[in-house]
Amino acid sequence: MSLVASHAPVLAIIIPLLAAPVCAMLRGTTFPWFLTTVISALSFAVSVQILLTVSDTGPISYMLGGWAAPWGIEYVADPLSAFVMLIISGISTGVLLYARESIAKEVPPHQLGLFFSAYLLALAGMMGITVTGDAFNIFVFLEITSLSSYVLIAMGEKADRRALTSAFQYLIIGTIGATFILIGVGLLYMMTGTLNIADIASRFDAIADTRPVRAAVAFLIIGIAIKLAMFPFHVWLPNAYSYAPSIVTAFFAGTATKVSVYLLLRFIFTIFGAEFSFGVVSLSELLMPLGVIAFLSMSTVAIFQTNVKRLLAFSSVAQLGYMTVGIALASEAGLTASILHIFNHAIVKTGLFLSVGCMVFVAGSAYLKDLEGIGSRMPLTTFGFVLGGLALIGVPLTPGFVSKWYLVMATLERGDFLGYALTAGMLLSSLLAVIYIWRVVEVAYFRPAPADAEAREAPLSLLIPTWIFIIGSFYFGIQTTVNVGFAEKAASFLMGGL
Amino acid sequence: MIFFDHFNYWIFVILLMIGLFTVMSRTNLIKKMIGLSLFQISVFLFYISMGKIDEGTAPIVVEGAQDVVYSNPLPHVLILTAIVVGVATTALGLSLVVRIKESFGTIDEEDILAREDKA
Repeated sequence: MSLVASHAPVLAIIIPLLAAPVCAMLRGTTFPWFLTTVISALSFAVSVQILLTVSDTGPISYMLGGWAAPWGIEYVADPLSAFVMLIISGISTGVLLYARESIAKEVPPHQLGLFFSAYLLALAGMMGITVTGDAFNIFVFLEITSLSSYVLIAMGEKADRRALTSAFQYLIIGTIGATFILIGVGLLYMMTGTLNIADIASRFDAIADTRPVRAAVAFLIIGIAIKLAMFPFHVWLPNAYSYAPSIVTAFFAGTATKVSVYLLLRFIFTIFGAEFSFGVVSLSELLMPLGVIAFLSMSTVAIFQTNVKRLLAFSSVAQLGYMTVGIALASEAGLTASILHIFNHAIVKTGLFLSVGCMVFVAGSAYLKDLEGIGSRMPLTTFGFVLGGLALIGVPLTPGFVSKWYLVMATLERGDFLGYALTAGMLLSSLLAVIYIWRVVEVAYFRPAPADAEAREAPLSLLIPTWIFIIGSFYFGIQTTVNVGFAEKAASFLMGGL
Repeated sequence: MIFFDHFNYWIFVILLMIGLFTVMSRTNLIKKMIGLSLFQISVFLFYISMGKIDEGTAPIVVEGAQDVVYSNPLPHVLILTAIVVGVATTALGLSLVVRIKESFGTIDEEDILAREDKA
């Protein structure tokens, strides 16, 4: 056990990475799914182990191949990365439990092996981004994730051919983002002569106020903002989420953009340092307005959507706005709120997308006009959606409330006019969320079901994982010590520096 | 002349901008992919220029030689990885274009949008 434990940081990535080619060779509908689920669960178990170790004994550093940093590649599991790894592998495993029947309907059976191997690669890539301590490695893992996610999104083609064009659009925008990150890393390497994150951070102050470093900061922040779907760069996200297969949407909604938020945190706080990011180049003035515009405008846009998946996708962009604002506050309270919201939003949004997936599975469409009276046709699924919707709005006892509470505390802590204005903006955005969730509720419960529609619940294999996420989200909304505890630990670690 | 002092870097920036402009301005998906490749390739040039040291020779240890200046091989190795990523992106993008052509019957963005609306 100790041998396994000492290799934990690399195991979390190596397991899915090695299983991917094996999975590609498997045939049939059950084997690839089963292997993927087991692998993802293993990865989850390792992540739990890492998080427990990190919170007991502090950050773990792992030298790949025994080559000492900064020459070798170092993997670092600190309170933040361990927490994000736990979220990614947990969401992935939960979604996979749901996947078997759902995906068999959306992807031709002979492609399932390849589908799940792309899924495993996406998982490995995201875990890699979070655990690596090497700036160039981040780019490589980012591209592994992105390339497999373009494939996964394009797999929605059987249901709607627009999946192809949205995957292509994402490929163009995503590659531009990743290339910006590559340029940024290159400039940092040029100035510091090292790629190890801790090493860059320690040399950063000496070269902080030079033109190449300012250029590097600009390239990195814009590149990550594109990947994060921050407000003006969010165009790819609603399309990609609307037309991808249900489980892919649920998986990415909980993880892909969260990894980018993690990257933003890592670069701003660990590499640049809070003083440089908010003092010298004043990133707050860039991120704050974008975040505010994101949650106000995207909540408004969500109200007018006719496709429930698209509605939730716009709401995701809005929620990412909250996280951006939390970061831009540049205080420990804001940071805690932001990290907490990564967790809370991941679990809530995944639950919502899974329940929409159930509706798509039975009704064959995610358009509001096809979901009339779905409340009486599929009572359990729809009730799950309503509970998830309440959590998204931020009703007390839900995780949405907890993270908004922390965010409001952080904005009020400023005590100036901006703080009050932000609080008002967030309340307004929550009211908009009430409206867009209500639109779905209205269609689901207050419109008569079409006469020919059959009343049939989604199969249990879909309902149970959906309800695990819904009940789980309420658990973390009421019993907040776990998620708040880890978020606070990660935030104070980031503010304390390395 | 500042232009010739940093010749490679100027070319990098110019190629980068040509690539980005092509991606944004063309509606033909193949031309978009060409722009994207150019955009990525310009960054390869940036990394390769970065590793070159004035008067530096290939980084192979010369037995017994004194005061040899070597170029930095690390950026070159890094960019090999990025080249592989670039090839994979291009291949994936082009295969998506093939599927789009099969499905929509066109590879022009505006025609595709028009057909999407009808669908």
